[in-house]
Amino acid sequence: MLSLTIFFPLAAGLLLLVPGVGPTAARWWWVVASAVEVALVAGLWWVYETPAEGSLAFDEQVPWIPGVDSSYHVGLDGLSLPLVAMTAVVFLACAVYSLRDDDRPRTQAALFLALEAVCLGLFAAADLILFFVFFDLSIVGMYVIIAGWGHGDRARSALTFFLYTFLGSLALLAGFIGLYLAADPHTFDMLELARQDPFAGRGTAGVVVLGAILLGLAVKTPTVPFHTWLPPAHTDAPAVGSAVLAGVLLKLGTYGFVRLGMALLPDAWRSWAWVVLVVGIVSVLWGALVALAQRDLKRMIAYTSVNHMGYVVLAVGAAGMVAADTAQARGVAVTGAVTQMVSHGLVTAALFLLAGLFLDRAGTYEIAEFGGLAARAPRTTVLFAVAAFASLGLPGLSGFIAEFQIFTGSIAAVPASALALLGILVIAGVLLWTLQRIFTGETRGRSGGFTDMRAHELWAVAPLLALSLAIGLVPRPLLDVIEPAATTVVAVLGR
Amino acid sequence: MTGAQASLWALVVAPAVVGAALLLGPRGRTERLAPVLGVGTAALAAVLAVVVALARPSVAVPFVAGADLGLGVDGLAAVVAPTVAVVAALVLLAGAADVGESRARFHGFMLVFVSAALLTVTATTLPALLLAWEVMGATSYALIGFAWRDDRRVGSGLTAFVTTRAADLGLYVAAAAALAGGAGLGLDALASAAPGWRDVLAAGVLVAALGKAAQLVLAFWLSRAMDGPSPVSALLHSAAMVAMGGYLLLRLSPLLQATSWAGPAAAWAGALTTVALGVVAVGQRDLKQLLAASTSAQLGYVVMAGGLGSVPAGTAHLVAHAATKAALFLAAGAWLAALGTKQLAGLRGTVGGWPVLRVAATVALLALAGAPPLSLWATKDLVLAAALQQSPALYAVGLLGAAAAAAYAGSVLRVLWAPVDTADRRRARAHRGEEETPRAVVPGALTAAVVVLAVGATTLGAVAVPAVAGALAGTVGGEVAHPSGLELAGSAALVLVVAAAVWRRPLPQPAWARSWLGLEAAAQAVLVRPTIAVAGVLDRVDGRITRGVGGIARGVVAVAGGAAATDDAVLGGAVTRAARGTGMLGRGAAGADDRWVHGSVLALARRVRRAGALARRPQTGQLHQYYVQAVALVAVGVVLLVVVR
Repeated sequence: MLSLTIFFPLAAGLLLLVPGVGPTAARWWWVVASAVEVALVAGLWWVYETPAEGSLAFDEQVPWIPGVDSSYHVGLDGLSLPLVAMTAVVFLACAVYSLRDDDRPRTQAALFLALEAVCLGLFAAADLILFFVFFDLSIVGMYVIIAGWGHGDRARSALTFFLYTFLGSLALLAGFIGLYLAADPHTFDMLELARQDPFAGRGTAGVVVLGAILLGLAVKTPTVPFHTWLPPAHTDAPAVGSAVLAGVLLKLGTYGFVRLGMALLPDAWRSWAWVVLVVGIVSVLWGALVALAQRDLKRMIAYTSVNHMGYVVLAVGAAGMVAADTAQARGVAVTGAVTQMVSHGLVTAALFLLAGLFLDRAGTYEIAEFGGLAARAPRTTVLFAVAAFASLGLPGLSGFIAEFQIFTGSIAAVPASALALLGILVIAGVLLWTLQRIFTGETRGRSGGFTDMRAHELWAVAPLLALSLAIGLVPRPLLDVIEPAATTVVAVLGR
Repeated sequence: MTGAQASLWALVVAPAVVGAALLLGPRGRTERLAPVLGVGTAALAAVLAVVVALARPSVAVPFVAGADLGLGVDGLAAVVAPTVAVVAALVLLAGAADVGESRARFHGFMLVFVSAALLTVTATTLPALLLAWEVMGATSYALIGFAWRDDRRVGSGLTAFVTTRAADLGLYVAAAAALAGGAGLGLDALASAAPGWRDVLAAGVLVAALGKAAQLVLAFWLSRAMDGPSPVSALLHSAAMVAMGGYLLLRLSPLLQATSWAGPAAAWAGALTTVALGVVAVGQRDLKQLLAASTSAQLGYVVMAGGLGSVPAGTAHLVAHAATKAALFLAAGAWLAALGTKQLAGLRGTVGGWPVLRVAATVALLALAGAPPLSLWATKDLVLAAALQQSPALYAVGLLGAAAAAAYAGSVLRVLWAPVDTADRRRARAHRGEEETPRAVVPGALTAAVVVLAVGATTLGAVAVPAVAGALAGTVGGEVAHPSGLELAGSAALVLVVAAAVWRRPLPQPAWARSWLGLEAAAQAVLVRPTIAVAGVLDRVDGRITRGVGGIARGVVAVAGGAAATDDAVLGGAVTRAARGTGMLGRGAAGADDRWVHGSVLALARRVRRAGALARRPQTGQLHQYYVQAVALVAVGVVLLVVVR
């Protein structure tokens, strides 16, 4: 069932490579396949039951490279299931958004479907080599999307993205090999590694290995100071590419923090925790402040991503600062971190899809080129405003559920985390100021000929925000899945 | 679920749902239905508020980790929730008559706001409170910037939201402290948090409440908030939003009392605000600005009561002020619409055409001044009596605030009633229509709402009767300090003397008072501009990091290219070069030294040029070649794996 869910998009994508599929058929096929995928994931969620500690739901294992004890091993738990669901939803939104896109739709659909399979596989992977393969394939996929369907200086941006994240992935690989070598018997299986905890009591070696893994993940997340590939990649990527890049691919980094760092190297994580915490706080403040200085809408949104991922990094760092009486607080922080990954995926995807309208209608992302757009484009205004408020963490929307838990948990565990609260203040100013500059005032600049959202664009963006609202008002179905996994992670760290 | 519990849910959910429907529904239909749905829903909420006030239900659903979304009605909420709902219904009634454009948006946001305010009143856990608290802030942003074509008004909404959110951060810290202090996130258990964390908790709550209540240095957002439509001001700055800041301190008064410092700090903050913002109010020439400053000042008494632990006195003052101030904001809005100005000079001698409105506003102004036997006279003296028990100095400052209230209310009374000469008339005519196109009519519904509110402002004076005050204390809980006859008479005399003095001779209006003590300018200079400057600097640093990484990448490629070139050269002509090298060694002339150095420099230059060319070579733009490079890198990894194994 799980493998079917992972590889169904790939199979659907391969079918598109059959010559003779027309553009319209390809676009609709993409939508239908993505919708079926969402249904499959919903089915998984429906039958999902929290697995016992040290095991995974929907566990499937097939020997793959027996020589190094690497297998095709997939499964889901409370950390991965929400991200799998979010991935399926974001890709469906992209499919709907592209319904009127005339640029090589057949190849584009095939590529996105393949990339969807890769992302799902990554979240489900329970084997380090499998994880690594999916990780690198995701980089290749995104490279092709930016280089092939982007605009502006796309070749350069794509190459920067590729080299940067690929080098990061090599650091990750080095870390994986370290884990493999330390395990006895040698293995790449995550569950087995978690059981063995190969670096328990072996101070320095574990710290070095985790350092390599952290470096790889920090590039992917990205955290300050490894974030500079992100703004150009977003600026030159197509709207759907940006949505997937920010919505899904960035989560590969933060997911790795929890799945690889905390769960597999708990001792070393505790040594690194304060570094992670500081990097998180710096990312939060840096991302927010630099976003304030942006004149380009897409770059601004990209920097808010740095800020939002900073909250996640902050929370997982605080969770590593183990003290006897803060286990509950640290559990809350980790729950918040996972919630933030889901929330940011939905909201930022919506923001980037909305940003895509600006290039499509006016050929520019320059904020100063617009003004008073509310008069011309009321639907765009409403959805952008909702997305902005969701992004700044307004209660009633998903961002609040995430950030409230991140902050209460982190500050209760490490009071210095309160410094990062300034981030949510600055980001509120950034987003509302942007809203004001683009949408209110007298209609001016390129707002004049702006066509409001068409049906397919509306139906791509609105459901993402509706989900954000649903999570914001009724968070329990999501939190009931995440909380047990977060508690387990914190318990492992405390051992 | 019992009927009462369902009523409690409906009280909060119904306005939110109807409001959202008005905001998102099909434009044509919502525009038509908005006034009916808006007023109807608010009226329903008022009925439901009375129902839950009598039944006192509580409900909860699981929400975030470690806390429910809890709602409950205790004695305090039983008094305040109906106040909020009734004032909201009256204001929406007036608004239905006053707001002619974008009605769906007006009524929609107002209803969402009312829902958030009612949730604030009934919240029993911190997450529920924070949810309501910030949604209130966000809807106030939308309502203040209602006329969105005007950049200044939208900017005012932004100022209000960001300023109050800055204070709201206190609640985030408070929630963390509650969790760490072992109290959990229930509001009634916060006072039992571990010492230390309890102080952090109290500090966070205090900051959030002072921000919302526009106290002391945070007051400036309220001045900007006056850019919103008058009905918006009538609700946000009388019974809800600002009042909720005071309400939070009343609700969490036990927490403040549990620390040694938070109670006195709140009391003094409130007392100083009554004076400072009272003086600011005296300095205003614009009626709405005057009322806004007076809102801060009057909320100062509620904040004081919260700090003193005198919940009944604070509640009475909150309710009385809500009625009084809503009436006055609506009246100001009515005159603004009719005459096109809200400048005090523009209202002199021009408001006589609407006698009922003028009389109702006069009653409210007398209450605001603290004239006996009207409501704010009695309620303020309840607060001051509690202050006198703890600190004569605090009492004195509060009394000074009462004098300021008499002065600013008296100056408006003078505008409404004092005889005018030709010069005054000419000045008033000059102001006519300067802010809006005068409509020259005041809708009957608006006048009716003002009259009802003014009646409320009058009758609530009943709390001066000790038995009534005692009954109130029995409902909301807590002690009530009854003012002595001397105190009541003294404050009444003070008010009358000051008002009479102002009537005879208007007070000076210094620029520092008119500009709200320069608070907004200071915040701009000290916080906003430096933040933007820092952002600019960081942005440049960011660009430098990008270039630095690019430089490293180029360097790496150059080194690789150099290595490749060396390789070629070695493979191609190793023998020849070796022979030539031997020959050169044989000659071994000392004078070659110079040439050697020079030669190597030239060779290096050639190498660098060549490396540059090579560096461009991998960037072919050919996808398959990138793949090959990627595969090569993977291969390196695999080789590494095999070797170390």
